[in-house]
Amino acid sequence: MTPPTGLGRGAAPRRTPARAGVRLAGAALTAPALAMIAVFFYVPLVTMLWMTLHDWPLLGERRFVGLRNYRDALDDVAFRNAVLFTFEYTLISTPVLLVLALALALLVRRSGHAARFFQGLYFMPVVIGLAAGSFLWLFLFQSDIGPVSHLADRLGLTSRNTDWFADKTSALLVVIAMVTWKVVGLQMLLLLAGLQAIPAEVEEAARVDGANKWQTLRHITLPLLRPTLALVLVFSVAGSLLAFDQFFIMTSGGPTNSTITAVYEIYRTSFIQFKLGLGATFSALLMIVLVLVSALQLYLLRSSEPGSEP
Amino acid sequence: MITYSFKSPSEAVAAPPTLYPHDPSLEHYRALAGNGGIDVLDNVRNSVVVSLGTTLATLVLSILAGYGFARLRFPGSNVLFFATLVTFMVPFQALVTPLYLLLDEFGLLNSLLGLTLVYTTFQLPFGLFLMRNSFAAVPRSLEEAARIDGCGHLQTLVRVMLPVAVPGVIATGLLAYFTAWNEFFAALIFVNEQERFTLPVTLSVIAAGALGSRNWGVLQAGVTVTIIPCVIIYVLLEKYYVGGLLSTLKK
Repeated sequence: MTPPTGLGRGAAPRRTPARAGVRLAGAALTAPALAMIAVFFYVPLVTMLWMTLHDWPLLGERRFVGLRNYRDALDDVAFRNAVLFTFEYTLISTPVLLVLALALALLVRRSGHAARFFQGLYFMPVVIGLAAGSFLWLFLFQSDIGPVSHLADRLGLTSRNTDWFADKTSALLVVIAMVTWKVVGLQMLLLLAGLQAIPAEVEEAARVDGANKWQTLRHITLPLLRPTLALVLVFSVAGSLLAFDQFFIMTSGGPTNSTITAVYEIYRTSFIQFKLGLGATFSALLMIVLVLVSALQLYLLRSSEPGSEP
Repeated sequence: MITYSFKSPSEAVAAPPTLYPHDPSLEHYRALAGNGGIDVLDNVRNSVVVSLGTTLATLVLSILAGYGFARLRFPGSNVLFFATLVTFMVPFQALVTPLYLLLDEFGLLNSLLGLTLVYTTFQLPFGLFLMRNSFAAVPRSLEEAARIDGCGHLQTLVRVMLPVAVPGVIATGLLAYFTAWNEFFAALIFVNEQERFTLPVTLSVIAAGALGSRNWGVLQAGVTVTIIPCVIIYVLLEKYYVGGLLSTLKK
């Protein structure tokens, strides 16, 4: 076998015992982490695929049913609705988040104390949990006693005692506002890292050539930012497809099951109805979608990249 | 939220809401601390145990393996590193059903250890990635000098590499801590006994009205208790956290 790249070129002494020592040490140091991932990731992954082929109640007999769970899953109205709602939520929240995060990143991009302060400030909600944030916003938007509801009433935006969570659209809007507040700082930080990696001279050169701010952004900054945008987009879409806490807590899936997400339906099927085989099948389908979405987005954004980059 | 938690029970549900507590009261916190049938102090302790455990385990495992992957190439290391990165694509929400059965098999349902192990596993890919990048940025000459002075791999790691990679270590640790402290879905499913709940799940119990009707004042006190430690840690370490993440992500 040829020696692995990166090791050679005189970095390590050429004596074989030392090389063997490096290999042994490398294997030993990585073993504990790899063991954890094997036991708590790969074993469940294989188990899940195995479960999808069975009628698998929590207690009682397991029966091999072949691909029947997959047919049942695709025929399941509740699951189909949950998937549709999850896509709807993802389609609305993703662009809102991305545009706002990009705007914030451009705003706090300069160096200096003020920029640092705002970077820190916008990032703050990221460290607050999604669950805690959901409870906080649930309260803010309560009719009668919620301060935001009260303020909206006073400003004449809503009629008295609007119940934000009684209507699917307004419930969805409140949830998206909460998630945006909570997540936008993280996306801003990722984009900021991408922006800071762009050499200043490139943008200056464009400006010298007479491009205005908008043209510079459109033709220079955004194309160079493409890899970071792709990364943020993948994180954002994956996060939305996995939404659970915010709907479980703020809407409880209501009104009339209109805000049940895919993960919420997995939870209900597996842990309320205890149909573990069907729940695992939902999970497997969700996993396939997640992997496909990540792969597709990365592919699209890579392939549309201008090939003439230095 | 904080002001609400200090209001008296009647004022907390007043409509229209008052701007600040006219009659400050610790009643909601007393209710949290056991007067209302829930002893949240237990849950605070659970959250601390799980979060610190996750942080410590993630740090130790990611530092060892990050160094291994960054500098000590061995046959198959690229394939194995890729195998850890695959976990990025399949988050634990998609594996929750088989994980439940696995923990059941190990007798780790309703246990803080089980929760810690799951959190650690799913923190590892990012921790590994961060630590590998941090170590890869350390000049090789530093390591070689240590090697010539007779340091073994572990000694080199602890004495030479770690001090240089501190920003990455802090970022990895804080991320693990915040994630474990705030996680809701796994905690909701893998733990069914009230005395083992972590704080976010406890909030949902309070919200469900375990204290009679839904008590907004107590809930706000609970939310405050859940959020404040994160905000304090963040404000104290913001420089390292945001800076550490930024510098690692830029590579």
